[in-house]
Amino acid sequence: MLQVISLVLENKPGALMRVTGVLSQRGYNIESLTVARTLDPEVSRMTIVVDVDATLRQQVVKQMNKLINVLQASDLTESPAVVRELVLVRVRTAQESRTAVLKEAEIFGGRVVDSSTEGFAIEVTGAPEKLNEFIDVMGSYGEIDVTRSGALAIALDARKLKLQPPVPTKAGVKMEETAI
Amino acid sequence: MSNLMSGAKMLLECLSREGVDCIFGYPGGVTLPLYDALYDGQIRHVLVRHEENAAFAAEGYARATGKVGVCCATSGPGATNLTTGLVDALMDSIPIVAITGQVATKLIGSDAFQEADTFGITRPATKHNYLVKSLEDLPRVIHEAFYIAASGRPGPVLVDIAKDVFQGQGHYQPVSSIHLPGYKVFTEGHTGQIRRAVQLIQEAQRPLVYAGGGIVAAGAASELREFVELTDSPAVLTLMGLGALPASHPNYISMPGMHGSYASNMALTGCDLLIALGVRFDDRVTGRLNAFAPHAKVIHVDIDPAEVGKNRAPEVPVVGDVKRVLAKLNKLLSAGEPLPESVSASRRDWWRQVREWKREHPLEAPEPSDTEIKPQTLMAEINRRAAGRATVCTDVGQHQMWAAQLIGFEEPRLWISSGGLGSMGFGLPSAIGAQMACPDRLVFAIVGDGGFQMSIPELATIAANKLPIKIVIMNNGHLGMVRQWQTMFFNNRLSGVQLEGFPDIAKLAEAYGFSGCTIERPSELGPALDRAVSEPGPFLLNVKVAQFECVYPMVPAGNAINEMVLGPPQPVAVAAK
Repeated sequence: MLQVISLVLENKPGALMRVTGVLSQRGYNIESLTVARTLDPEVSRMTIVVDVDATLRQQVVKQMNKLINVLQASDLTESPAVVRELVLVRVRTAQESRTAVLKEAEIFGGRVVDSSTEGFAIEVTGAPEKLNEFIDVMGSYGEIDVTRSGALAIALDARKLKLQPPVPTKAGVKMEETAI
Repeated sequence: MSNLMSGAKMLLECLSREGVDCIFGYPGGVTLPLYDALYDGQIRHVLVRHEENAAFAAEGYARATGKVGVCCATSGPGATNLTTGLVDALMDSIPIVAITGQVATKLIGSDAFQEADTFGITRPATKHNYLVKSLEDLPRVIHEAFYIAASGRPGPVLVDIAKDVFQGQGHYQPVSSIHLPGYKVFTEGHTGQIRRAVQLIQEAQRPLVYAGGGIVAAGAASELREFVELTDSPAVLTLMGLGALPASHPNYISMPGMHGSYASNMALTGCDLLIALGVRFDDRVTGRLNAFAPHAKVIHVDIDPAEVGKNRAPEVPVVGDVKRVLAKLNKLLSAGEPLPESVSASRRDWWRQVREWKREHPLEAPEPSDTEIKPQTLMAEINRRAAGRATVCTDVGQHQMWAAQLIGFEEPRLWISSGGLGSMGFGLPSAIGAQMACPDRLVFAIVGDGGFQMSIPELATIAANKLPIKIVIMNNGHLGMVRQWQTMFFNNRLSGVQLEGFPDIAKLAEAYGFSGCTIERPSELGPALDRAVSEPGPFLLNVKVAQFECVYPMVPAGNAINEMVLGPPQPVAVAAK
C-alpha cells in the first residue's frame, strides 16, 4: 500500500530537497508530491505519496520530523484523512462521440475547460483511484493527454502544530555583560 | 558609526562570541576577505595541509573538549574536500561548524571558477546547512549553526557564505535570540516511562547496562557511574563510549560487538534486561539483529526519537537527554525499596556468571614474543604509559580494535576514534585538534601504516605548530583489517593490501625537523615508547609488528554475537593409529 505523508514545513530554499532526501537516500521512488504555501506565507504544506516498506514507514516520518525546516510530519496512510487529486485531460474525439464524452465527464463530476473542433480539455477532481477510471474511460474515445496534480491530503482529526519558542544566543549574553 | 564592519569581521565577531578560540582551515580565492580579517588575530587559525584534515582536526577538538569545533575551507575543491569529515561527524554525533566560501552571489550557478554546489553536496552530510547570500542574515545564521551543532543530538553544520557577503559592509547588531520553530530538542524524558524503567530494573534478575557515545556527548559519566553502582549492574561500553565509565571500575566488562570481549557478548546474549543508554544498536555491536539480546526486555534512552525503535523495539522507550534521565532514575532508585531476596540471589548468580565469562576468555595481550613485536603487546605497553589519563587518537582498522580492547580510559573524551564512518586518515589530524584543545595533555596518535600515509601531509602542521604528539605507527606492512578478512573469508588471497614502499621514518621525521625511529625487536619497544613520551616535541615511532596477526574475538558478519571466533585455528590433534 502506498504511504501518504503530510508535512508542514518552513518555506525556505532547500527545504524540499531535505524532505525528498530522506526518501531518495533509502532508494524510494516518489509517486507524487505537491507543495504550496499555507495561510502563513512562510509556511508550506506538502503531501507525498510514496511506496515505503511497512517496517520503515515510522522511521521515514521520524527522520522527516528531525529536519530543522520541518514543523510537523505525519503519516496519514491509516488515519482519518481526505485525499484528493486534480486531473486535466485533453481528449481528441470524433464529432459523433462528443455527446458521449460530455456525458461521461458529467458522470465523473468533470468540467469542460476548453472545447474545440478537435475535442475537449476536461478537469476532474476526486480520489486518485476515481481519476484512474476517468482516464481509462476518456482513453476509449480517442487520443488523450493527461496531467495530474498529485495527491493532496488533509487530516480530519485535529493535529496541533507544536512550535518551539525562540532561544537566547551566546552573543546576547555577552552583549548584556558588555553593556555594563 | 563604530559598529560598521565587513561581513568577514562580523563572522569572526560571532565566532568569538560563541567562544571559538581556534579554527582549522585552508584558505582560497573566495575566503581571502575572511583570511584578511583573521590577520588581526582575535582567533587562532591552524593551517592544515588538506581540507579533509581541517574537518577531522575540528572533530578532534570537539571530541576532546565537548565544545564546538570549527573548520573552514574555500569554495569548490575546498568544500568538497571537507565532506568526509562532515559525514564522519554526522555518524558519530560530533558538534562541528564548517565555514565555506562560495563564489559571489551574482556568479552562483554560472559554473564560475571554483564553484561547486556546496549547499547541495553537503545536505546529506550535515545535520543542517546554510547558504548565506545576504549580509543581514549572517549573524543569525552563525548563531543558529552553533546552536544546532551543539544541542540535541550533536552534529556537523555547514555555513556556505558568498564572497560578496564577506566583503559587504554592515552595522553589526548582536543577535540575542534565534527562532527555529521546527527544531525540537527532547530533554526531560517521559515521567511515566521512567517509572516503568525503574520497575523493570527492580525486577530484573540479569540486568546489563549498554552505554555509548550519548553518555559522552551528554556529559553524563558521573550519572552513569552512580546508576551502575546503584543497580550494581555489569556494564559494557561501545567504541564511542569508551571512558564513559572508568576502565578500572569493577562493574565494567569491556567493549561488546564484532571485536568485543567474550564476556561482553555473552552478557548481552544472556541478560534479561538491557538498559541501553545513548547507543544506537549499531550493526557492529549487535551482530545478527534477531539474535541480539534474545532474552532481554529493553529500556532505550536516547535524545534522538528516530533512534528509539529503529533497530530494536524497546519495552520502555525514553526519549530524552541521558544525563537528566539518569539523574531521575538514580533519584527514584535510591528512594526505592531494597530488592527482594529472590532477586538479589539471581543477581549474585548473574555476577558469578559474568565473572566466570571474564575468567574463561579474558581480553588481554598474549604472551610477548622474543622474536617479534606483537601488536597487542604494543597496545599494552602504550596503555601502561597512558595510565588511563592520556588522549589516544586512532585511525581505523586492526590497530584501532586492539587499542580499543587493550587501552583503558579512566575518563570520557580521552578516546578519539572514527566509529560510525570508519574514516582512515582520521588519527593524525584528530590528534592535532585534541592537542590544540589540551596543550598540556599527553596525546598519542596510534595509526596503521595505511592510515598514516593518508595523513602524512599533516606532519608539517604538527611541526609548524610544535605539537608534542606521540605518533605511533603500528606497521604490519598491510592494510591489516582488509588482509584479515581476505585471510579468513577469501581463502587468504591477498589482493591490494600489501603496502610496499613505506618511507624511512627516521629520515621522514628528520625531514620535518623532529625525532623519530623505527623499531622491530621486542627489547626495543619499552625504551622507544619511553623516549617518545619524554621527548618534549613530537615523536614519530614506527613499530614493525608481526604481520599476520588477526584481531580476536571476532564475530563474522551475519553471525549472532555469541558466535565468536576466539582465536586462530588450532592444529587438530590426530589420534595415533
